[in-house]
Amino acid sequence: MTGRLLTFNIFRFDPQKTGDTPKMVSYTLPETDGMTIFIALNQIREHQAHDLQFDFVCRAGICGSCAMVINGKPTLGCRTLTKNFPSGVISLHPLPAFKLIGDLSVDTGTFMREMSERIENWLHEEKDAVSIDVIETRMEPELAEAIYELDRCIECGCCVAACATKAMKDTFLGAVGFMKLARFDLDPRDTRTAEDYYHVLGNEDGVFGCMSLLGCQDNCPKDLPHQTQIAYLRRKMLTA
Amino acid sequence: MRIEYTDSLVIGAGLAGLRVAITSKEAGLSTLVLSLIPAKRSHSAAAQGGMQASLASSVKGKGDNEDIHFQDTVRGSDWGCDQKVARKFCQVAPKAVRELANWGVPWSRVKQGEHQYVANAKKVSITESKEDHGLITSRDFGGTKKWRTCYTSDGTGHSMLYAMDNKAISLGVPVLERQQAIALIHENKRCYGAIVRDLVTGEIYAVVAKATTIATGGYGRIYEISTNAILCNGDGAAIAFETGETPLANMEAVQFHPTAIVPAGILTTEGCRGDGGVLRDVDGYRFMPDYEPEKAELASRDVVSRRMTEHIRKGKGVPSPYGDHLWLDITQLGKEHIEKNLREVKDICHYFLGIDPAIDLIPVRPTQHYSMGGIRTNENGESVGLKGLFSLGEAACWDLHGFNRLGGNSVAEAVVAGMIVGEHIVEHCQQNEVQLSTATVKRFYQQQVDEINTIVTATSGSHATDLIKRMQIIMSEKVGIFRSELPLTEALQELETLYQQSKVLFINNKSLHANPELVDSLNVRKMLKLAIAVTQGALNRTESRGAHTREDYPERNDADWLKRSLFHWRDDKLKISYETLDIMTMELPPGSRGYGKSEIIQHPNTESRMKEVNQLIAENEHLNRHELQALLMPYELPEKYLNRNQRTGIKDA
Repeated sequence: MTGRLLTFNIFRFDPQKTGDTPKMVSYTLPETDGMTIFIALNQIREHQAHDLQFDFVCRAGICGSCAMVINGKPTLGCRTLTKNFPSGVISLHPLPAFKLIGDLSVDTGTFMREMSERIENWLHEEKDAVSIDVIETRMEPELAEAIYELDRCIECGCCVAACATKAMKDTFLGAVGFMKLARFDLDPRDTRTAEDYYHVLGNEDGVFGCMSLLGCQDNCPKDLPHQTQIAYLRRKMLTA
Repeated sequence: MRIEYTDSLVIGAGLAGLRVAITSKEAGLSTLVLSLIPAKRSHSAAAQGGMQASLASSVKGKGDNEDIHFQDTVRGSDWGCDQKVARKFCQVAPKAVRELANWGVPWSRVKQGEHQYVANAKKVSITESKEDHGLITSRDFGGTKKWRTCYTSDGTGHSMLYAMDNKAISLGVPVLERQQAIALIHENKRCYGAIVRDLVTGEIYAVVAKATTIATGGYGRIYEISTNAILCNGDGAAIAFETGETPLANMEAVQFHPTAIVPAGILTTEGCRGDGGVLRDVDGYRFMPDYEPEKAELASRDVVSRRMTEHIRKGKGVPSPYGDHLWLDITQLGKEHIEKNLREVKDICHYFLGIDPAIDLIPVRPTQHYSMGGIRTNENGESVGLKGLFSLGEAACWDLHGFNRLGGNSVAEAVVAGMIVGEHIVEHCQQNEVQLSTATVKRFYQQQVDEINTIVTATSGSHATDLIKRMQIIMSEKVGIFRSELPLTEALQELETLYQQSKVLFINNKSLHANPELVDSLNVRKMLKLAIAVTQGALNRTESRGAHTREDYPERNDADWLKRSLFHWRDDKLKISYETLDIMTMELPPGSRGYGKSEIIQHPNTESRMKEVNQLIAENEHLNRHELQALLMPYELPEKYLNRNQRTGIKDA
């Protein structure tokens, strides 16, 4: 669809600028072949809105920096092609549930670090973990693959932004935290048991607070199995 | 002016920076990490393919050890690397993989029984033994004699970075996000920390530290098309450069990766070829075996990139609106293999090209990928000009890679250097105290505040974004894979003009807080200085070595150029000098790499050193390989990393 004119309606607000108020601003741009939201936003910033804030790092769908709400759905801007929008009208909002830095830029980092500290998002090694000089502890190849499957989360924040429970309840842990605990639960190198997770998982801020609307499952750019893992953790907590 | 104090300041929160921070913190030092972005978004995460370490567990890795990894690395570097550094690295790499296993990386494992794989476009069968079942496995990568590249499916860098950052969080290592170090504080040849700009609030403040470590990655974004993350603009190397006290090295050594997609420039991993993928031309013909009969698609990256460019120049490229490209064909690996071990490639093809690599060919061409050059450090990772300034990973020229890095040696270097250099940083912090007047800090602070004020108050001048774009085009067109005198001379003149233009900058948005235009304005002169260094270095070096290819000087000239280029920025000008690599201390004297064109102008010492080495080996047949190595080229390591690496089925490690 090269050649058509795209309309971008972009959320603009600089919370640090005295007197600024949130508003939607329209920009038009000729579409080029293979255009992504990344390319489009850079062109808008270069020619039309020099102060437009947004975050891209890898621009390849790997780092999770560029999650934003595109026509109502949270997803990665870098790998979203403009040709996927037949109307040619594209609305962009910052992810909700995170602190706004400005325009499309939000602070996911502080949230993710706090989440990691809250659930102790690291492998709890055995005290006498095997020396790095000798042959490593064996692991079944299928298990290593299964752990990696759950380890693929890129902390983009789409699941948090898409979560109705999180929108109503700020202390709710959210799918990103659940997925990480499910990952460590699967990992035999981690010494924790379900009882150790209970205080962060087995309550209404944990898996029992989830209303099962599954915005996480629907919007995860990495297609992680959130639904299955939440169900698994619930059962685990009931038997803990 | 706010001043923060810490023992160990680390700039950059990728694998290298975090690994150093972990050692600092574990040693009880106060540690502070600064990052442009959340740590887990660092470019280390983008390494899909893997990490080299000679664990020798999989059947195709059997017989591998530090010696072979060392030889591959030196050959890959085209003899440009520091061989002692390569030795240190190869010794510690297996420990790094095993340490990361203890920290949670779900390394892919050996599975006993028969497996099919594709090699040289044919299906081959291998059988893994019961004895090795469940150990960390490895895959094939370019320029290696053994299958040595450890991996986690298709997301090695991701799972390594996540495990590393989680470890850092468990230790309470503070990582301050959206902070950019914009200048170093230094006095009397000693570094005392950095002046930092908060990218959100715009606050300028100082961090005073006993040790300052730069681990900010490479400078790929001085090129128009690069596989690098968009913030890999070399700002860390540049702030060291701007002190005038500490040199950068081998800046002209820039690696082009053979297989980035067209037009986006996003990388498809070397694992595609390692696992059996082939390159095809406009006629669908597999051309690499014609050029490289032995290694074909799996010669080193510099060689494959040149051969591809050569082939395109013969008119065998596939025309496209974005210029000619070639095809990467992984269709014969099968859907199942691609979805498991090359899923990132599948996703990239799906989202950016709208194709399925299990069925379709992938349009690729060589694209800027890695900066071998960087802040020159000694073997311990300390800068050669400023005490208390350390650097490692892609930001540094520790000189593991010389003029070409092997695939799988980058994340490996980041972690291994982190382990080794971290120990030296701790030692430095324990042995040194900071004695510095706050007036000195204030002076460095004021310079930055004044510079920013000049930019935001200017009523006319150049736009940083325009200058950056023009620089990137010049670099891609004239300082690319094939280089020669005329284009390099033109590039240099044009870059110098841009540099003059960058002295008066104008921005539309005058706000001092979060302001993308201001960020570009603060980066543009830094990037131009690096670009000038790369170009002048390439112009001076009248030979072809590793990734640096001069069409007018096709030979590798050991007689005149077995030297490391050193770049100083002094009196607002570039000064180049050279550091000789001493053949008489090399464990592996210069020779042929075994792939690529082999036109070498020999150094007179090569033959005598070769004799010496051969004689030592002949006279000491009774020694084991470790003892013999120590005789040929002794090297030092922190004691904790000297233990031998255990492998299955081998008695004497």
